[in-house]
Amino acid sequence: MTASLSSVAEPPADQAAGAIVEVTGVDRLLLRQEVEEFLYREAEMLDSRRFEEWLDMLAEDLIYHMPIRRNVKYGTHEQAENTRQDKDISWFDEDKWTLRKRVEQIRTGVHWAEEPLSRVCHQVSNVLVGPVRDMADGSREVDVSCRFLVYQNRVEYETYFFVGKRNDVLRRTAGGKWELRRREIILDQNVLLAKNLTVFF
Amino acid sequence: MSGYEKYVDLKRGLVSREIFFREDIYREELEKLFPRVWQFVGHESQVPNPGDYFTSRMGEESVILCRDKKNEIHVFLNSCRHRGMKVCLYDEGNTNLFTCPYHSWSYTLDGKLQGVPMYKTIYDGCLDKAQWGLIEPPKVVNYKGTIWANWDPEAPDFLTYLGDAKEHLDLALDCRDGREGGSEVFGGITKWIIPCNWKFPAENFMGDTYHNPSHKSVDLIGIGPSARSDVKGRRDNELEKAKHLWINFPQGHGVHSAIMPEGEEYVESFKDNPEVEAYFRHCFEERRRRLGDKSRLRPFVGTIFPNTSFHGNQPRSIFVWHPHGPTSIEVWRFFLVDKDAPKAVKDFLRHYYMRYSGPAGMTEQDDMENWNYATAASRGTIARRHPYNYQQSLGASKVDDPVPGNVSLQVSEENPRALYNRWRDYMEGKGWDDLLGRNDPMYRKDA
Repeated sequence: MTASLSSVAEPPADQAAGAIVEVTGVDRLLLRQEVEEFLYREAEMLDSRRFEEWLDMLAEDLIYHMPIRRNVKYGTHEQAENTRQDKDISWFDEDKWTLRKRVEQIRTGVHWAEEPLSRVCHQVSNVLVGPVRDMADGSREVDVSCRFLVYQNRVEYETYFFVGKRNDVLRRTAGGKWELRRREIILDQNVLLAKNLTVFF
Repeated sequence: MSGYEKYVDLKRGLVSREIFFREDIYREELEKLFPRVWQFVGHESQVPNPGDYFTSRMGEESVILCRDKKNEIHVFLNSCRHRGMKVCLYDEGNTNLFTCPYHSWSYTLDGKLQGVPMYKTIYDGCLDKAQWGLIEPPKVVNYKGTIWANWDPEAPDFLTYLGDAKEHLDLALDCRDGREGGSEVFGGITKWIIPCNWKFPAENFMGDTYHNPSHKSVDLIGIGPSARSDVKGRRDNELEKAKHLWINFPQGHGVHSAIMPEGEEYVESFKDNPEVEAYFRHCFEERRRRLGDKSRLRPFVGTIFPNTSFHGNQPRSIFVWHPHGPTSIEVWRFFLVDKDAPKAVKDFLRHYYMRYSGPAGMTEQDDMENWNYATAASRGTIARRHPYNYQQSLGASKVDDPVPGNVSLQVSEENPRALYNRWRDYMEGKGWDDLLGRNDPMYRKDA
């Protein structure tokens, strides 16, 4: 059973091995700056409904996973708290193709769950930059964790707060472009307290 | 006119908005309806080993589904007999004993009260332990892996309750190649809250084919098993030439199934993955070999009275609309797959299920929006003076023609009419003869 990704330190099982790179001092400050800007720009795209531009920020080989959380006995959280990517039913366990379908669906203008469109606000905080890996193809991968608060307001009174943690792998391609390679969304809920998940995390 | 007759007028096809909104009617449902019906609790594959448990729900109440040391499956009310605290605090796991955190009474896996601290000094002579085990529904059944329970000791057995809906439920529960049973549930039970009355989704899944255009957005973009091959729609159209049937049964169940034409060959429906396509082609041929003419019956959806519904094929799941207030439900969905299907098939189906169903499901999201706002719009004083229209295809059904049940061959609301017909009987406290529809003219062949 694959351990759930709860710490930044452990690379996901599907990662091709890269060489860990020590990034310190000013270089680390600059790296943090780039990472944070990427995350804030992502949030900006989503909040201003620029969905196509958000899709452009996603790697073609993206894995996007939001596990279902269970209430489990002390000492069993590692194995049993979260549903497993690539094995179980989760809230999301999908790729860029599926996310693109979701954007297409909103753009039909007759996706009633998002018609009229929700008002959404993404807050990203507590950004921690973890291990950096140089990959064989000249790209660089960075493990990044953060916290999110996604606020959704719909129609007149419908309001949802989605709060939790994200464990991301960001990639800077050999050409210098940053993209999202992997996202694990740890929503801090058990029974989902929203009727729909039409927002992007 | 009796208490509930004013809410349901089947002759004129009218149902009052009140029954989807009023707190007092909801409370009556919790007293008169849910304690007497068969309710889906879980699947045997969730508790494979002795000591395994899965915390489930019946009505508003928490129940434990577990397997004891002798391999027997039990259902218990998750509440200590002493002062009520939950004896099972977790969603699932394995244990030897259920111990109450409050005063440490402990219960064995078959529900017996075992440990009572200080028994000799403070309880000996006062407490007969044998009388204070966990509360069990008097009737529990394992039907093809699905576990159902009923709180009414007078209730008919499950197969009598199911009646002729059995053949349709079987389409969801049997192996794709025609072997009986053989399903398992994927890990990860989706649970979420929808602000609507439970009866809206229950009737939707009896075959509300009329609402198909509401899903235009998902059909335009295409998310089915052949979507990466550019096929539009939310499922593959393998039943394009089939004869569709909307059937309701005397016990209140309703299904939408279809009969394929004779001699129909396998229609490619999993174009995105050749291995999966080959598997389903094989299943189709095996099923036809095993069942002959009976293999022509294919499922869409159904509701087992009152609030357990299923998707029979694309996608394939069984789910419960748990009452969570007069205008709120908590849905629990269990996704099904053949236990011995190859990993590639299970993976393929899992991804399809996740993008189709549930709060992240591109199809179902629009249903949730409709149920939510339909309920909200029905609360008003003026709104509630105007009943809902259930007149679609009134008088256009036939009994036991061409299959058992009250059958419509055209898009119809006869199934929801049957649901409210029976619902009314439960709410009026009728006996089991009536609740099984034995005296109901709606099901008389020469009526």
